[in-house]
Amino acid sequence: MFLNQFLLFAAVLFSIGVYGVLTRRNGVLVLMSIELILNAVNINLIAFAAYNQDLSGQVFALFIIAVAAAEVGVGLAIVLLIYRNRRSIDITEQNALRG
Amino acid sequence: MIDVVVFGVSAIIVLGGALGVVLSKNPVRAALSLVASFLAVAVLFVIQQAHFLALVQVVVYGGAIVVLFLFVIMLLGVDKVEDLDLPERSQVVAGIVSGLAFFGLICAGLFVSGPGGDEGNVALTGQIGRNPIDSTDDINQLAADIFTRNLVPFMATALLLTIATIGAVVMVKNSEADSSLPEAEVN
Repeated sequence: MFLNQFLLFAAVLFSIGVYGVLTRRNGVLVLMSIELILNAVNINLIAFAAYNQDLSGQVFALFIIAVAAAEVGVGLAIVLLIYRNRRSIDITEQNALRG
Repeated sequence: MIDVVVFGVSAIIVLGGALGVVLSKNPVRAALSLVASFLAVAVLFVIQQAHFLALVQVVVYGGAIVVLFLFVIMLLGVDKVEDLDLPERSQVVAGIVSGLAFFGLICAGLFVSGPGGDEGNVALTGQIGRNPIDSTDDINQLAADIFTRNLVPFMATALLLTIATIGAVVMVKNSEADSSLPEAEVN
């Protein structure tokens, strides 16, 4: 297997995640798109770990998975709070901080 | 040869699931596409000899995180909200432009060779799986690395998870007191 097939594939997955973050109006689905981006990064890290015969990349990926879990927990709590206060999770309507 | 077939099939499933996440109108359907995507990513980890991480991927992502997403979707009852269906036109344009821009940027960074020429560019010429990592010793090596060289980051991650848990509980608990007040003035 070539390294570049994984790199190219991860780039496509990352771009799909970016598209989702920018187009989704539902706050929960924006968080899901962020998970796609993090997965693309993990694929890259593990591909380089396999290429270099070195487990450091896998350690990084493990830390990313742990941090992603924390991020989802806090992010979903924020979405719940927004829903309680504004009765909507459409993130294009959340403009209370606009000057 | 079998590696290439496994890679192709799971790559198609990952990308299909990802497109389902970003395009489907029903949030529950998007969450289930996300499960398909995560499980196929776990297969990709296996063919790169990351067996332990494939396990973690299935348990943490396919199990815990997706259940959390589904729980919040059901709690909010947003699967009935219909005005969230379609992104605005400007959002679609911005999404496509930035997605393509990121893709071009990543490809340029990876595949445009520097002064060393194409031979020095591992992203073009690198091959994996020639002499695989000793897979029977996967977990032992990871543990040795985490608990010696990366002990401080490991501790920091533990602290981060604790803070995130406490923070989530405190945020949602305080808003309970607020929402018992008459309707918030932001409305």
